[in-house]
Amino acid sequence: MALLARADVVVVGGGLHGCSAALHCALRGLSVVVVEKNTVARHASGVNAGGVRRLGRHPAEIPISVFSMKLWHRIAELVDDDCGFQPAPQIKVAETEAELAALSERAALVRGLGYEHEELLDQARLRELLPAVAEHCVGGLASMGDGYAVPYLTTFAFQRKARALGVRFFEETRAQELTRDGTVWRLSTDRGTVEAETLVNCGGAWANLVAARLGEPAPVEAIAPMMLVTARLPHFCDAVVGATGRPLSFKQMPNGTVVIGGGRRGVADPETDRTDLRFAELRLTARTAAEVFPVMAGATIVRGWAGIEGRMPDDIPVIGPSTTEERVFHAFGFSAHGFQLGPGVGSIMAELVATGATQAPIAPFSIGRFQGGGSLAAATAPVH
Amino acid sequence: MRCDLAVIGAGPAGLAAATRAAEAGLAVELFDEQPAPGGQIYRAIETVPAPRRALLGPDYAAGAALAAAFRASGAGYRPGALVWNVDSQLNVDFSQDGRSRQCRARAVVVATGAIERPTPLPGWTLPGVTTAGALQILLKAQGLVPAEGVVLAGSGPLLLLLAEQLTRAGAAPRAIVETVPRGRLSAAARHLPAALRAPGYLAKGLAMLRALKRAGVPFHRGAEALAIEGADHAEALSFTAGGRRQRIESRLIALHQGVVPNQQMTRLLRCEHRWSDGQRCFLPVVDDWFESSVEKVFVAGDGAGIGGAKSAALRGRLAALGALRRLGAGEDKRLAGEAAALRGALDKDGAVRPLLEALYAPSAQILAPADDTLICRCEEVTAGALRKAVALGCPGPNQAKSFLRCGMGPCQGRLCGLAVSEVIAAERGEPQQTIDYYRIRPPLKPLPLAELAAFDVGDDAGDEAGDDQDAA
Repeated sequence: MALLARADVVVVGGGLHGCSAALHCALRGLSVVVVEKNTVARHASGVNAGGVRRLGRHPAEIPISVFSMKLWHRIAELVDDDCGFQPAPQIKVAETEAELAALSERAALVRGLGYEHEELLDQARLRELLPAVAEHCVGGLASMGDGYAVPYLTTFAFQRKARALGVRFFEETRAQELTRDGTVWRLSTDRGTVEAETLVNCGGAWANLVAARLGEPAPVEAIAPMMLVTARLPHFCDAVVGATGRPLSFKQMPNGTVVIGGGRRGVADPETDRTDLRFAELRLTARTAAEVFPVMAGATIVRGWAGIEGRMPDDIPVIGPSTTEERVFHAFGFSAHGFQLGPGVGSIMAELVATGATQAPIAPFSIGRFQGGGSLAAATAPVH
Repeated sequence: MRCDLAVIGAGPAGLAAATRAAEAGLAVELFDEQPAPGGQIYRAIETVPAPRRALLGPDYAAGAALAAAFRASGAGYRPGALVWNVDSQLNVDFSQDGRSRQCRARAVVVATGAIERPTPLPGWTLPGVTTAGALQILLKAQGLVPAEGVVLAGSGPLLLLLAEQLTRAGAAPRAIVETVPRGRLSAAARHLPAALRAPGYLAKGLAMLRALKRAGVPFHRGAEALAIEGADHAEALSFTAGGRRQRIESRLIALHQGVVPNQQMTRLLRCEHRWSDGQRCFLPVVDDWFESSVEKVFVAGDGAGIGGAKSAALRGRLAALGALRRLGAGEDKRLAGEAAALRGALDKDGAVRPLLEALYAPSAQILAPADDTLICRCEEVTAGALRKAVALGCPGPNQAKSFLRCGMGPCQGRLCGLAVSEVIAAERGEPQQTIDYYRIRPPLKPLPLAELAAFDVGDDAGDEAGDDQDAA
């Protein structure tokens, strides 16, 4: 098969993580090729809810999330584009005293780990931050320095900056066979072969196609988190809001439209790249939104959508080196909360590629946790 | 709630499809947004007073028979029902009387017809600017005509038909400003021999033109560079014709550049679409039973490509036969015989189309709007902003949504979709087929959140049992 490209690094997958890894590798002077079976940001990276959130992270994710947040607050310095990033509080609302008690425990846990970004809100403080919240809400947990951004613009900005630094993108190009010739990885695609010393697997819901070929299959489930957007409403909410006891993520954009998500799932078909919405589920999303914000009862739904995302059984990603092959690194399976991690994890991947190691505590994310032995208790701690 | 065949739209195609399928014994449900059968072409056909019926002409009156046959067919009918989603399992989600419910269908006929082609030109979003189709609906449904002389501008048979109907109603337009370029007629003339095979159309067209001439309606041909003037409201239409800039004052201007299939439903269902150079729009791919690329989804009427009302009814019947065949509800040989006769009639009726398509192809101005012309009116995106996004690397309509929010407003891209695909195709130098169209997501039209929260999917046991009885 004809040679399509040769580079230091080949990245499989043109989502945010693939683009970010490519950009950071290029910043370190490496030559990079990205192979994407559809178009950049076609799936979850382009159509997620856009939350940029440290709040409520799995304890293992907190360090990398905090690191990534620093990059978000100066995102324009990294990609020459503000990515539509808006700093805003992220707030998890407690609807019952029991939920508030759980949030209080959570706040203590995070403080115990040495982090200050999550703070408990009493009812008065909650109402101050969210004047439109329903009467029955008793308090919440907030991370004041978080925010949200525009997913497609963000991923595209990463691609554009990467391209400006010489990264070559092959879109509509499907990775097929993977073979090794001495120190060179040979990745065949439907448009020719790519040769590179290092392979980075950012294949999202399709990442197991690569992992399985490496002899370390990973149980990635393709999911389709659903979202709704409303027609414009008068301004009533400044924060990104979630619920504690039921799925909800909620934010009002600067133009007045309200984006409602929160993880209820449609039907994902990774074979055909299609998603189907399940309105029987979305009606629950609509109910929750109207119950937490009564003003929403008068809103009008303009559109719903979903994007295909890769989810791991323990709801935390795979990040780190292959356990079977040299010069292969994984970053996938972000389980519907990888958007915020994009800038930071890309930087960690580049460090791994360039130096073979990283200071970032990524051990809990090893793909090895799915290969029989080597279970990591930290990786399966419950998330609150 | 269940049915064998869900028909969406009660124009000629939907009425014919529902009638034929119900006569064959299928449990049919016909969903339609309007309160009475007829679609746009036969709007208010059952209730129109005799004088208005006479004024609208015999082609319009012909719809009465279709509506009557439908009423007698035993098909289920849901007027005032907005279908806002059909999923890949053919569950039809609809809103009626402020309540959303679901009907599970075994096959679907999409008969959602045509919409007027978007006409982006300077001033087209001002109050006082409407479309020829909208004016004609007011005339059919309410007998309303403009109090002040309207200026009709653009191209297409509907423009002339409306002019003639308004004239007969005593509200002759102030002027017709036609954008068909000089020389187009002789270029289109090669389709004339074929067009003569279709009975009646050409004679009617010529009669219309003669009537307008007799009535003394000013007719400006070969107009270019149209612009609607006015600060907060349309005040005049200016244009170049006959080598000079002209200006006609009016506070009511109706634009028209032909009609195109309403793709929203077929795109939602992810039917395959192909670009048609002749019709200058996307058409769903259908086989000779009018079945789309999605099994058991049929597309009848103008939604499968503009063919007019007569063809729509023929296609509707053919789609019903296709559904009978798919559902094993008819004897193949008999269905094939009936279908062959319908195809023959369709072929004949459609013979006029190449001539009309060539003669009334949309004007160059609206296909390549000036940079400062609004292209997406919901989100107020100009053609220039779209071109800039393309220069930045925006590869297609779906990415343009994210760049500019164009197509993201309440109209779901109905009013900008084709124009956006055309502009991106021209800027990138790629065919429209490659650039493609917006992905369409449900709900197809805005849905109150409170109604979604109360959405009844018929998933509780009692409901289900009741429905089964209904279907039996």
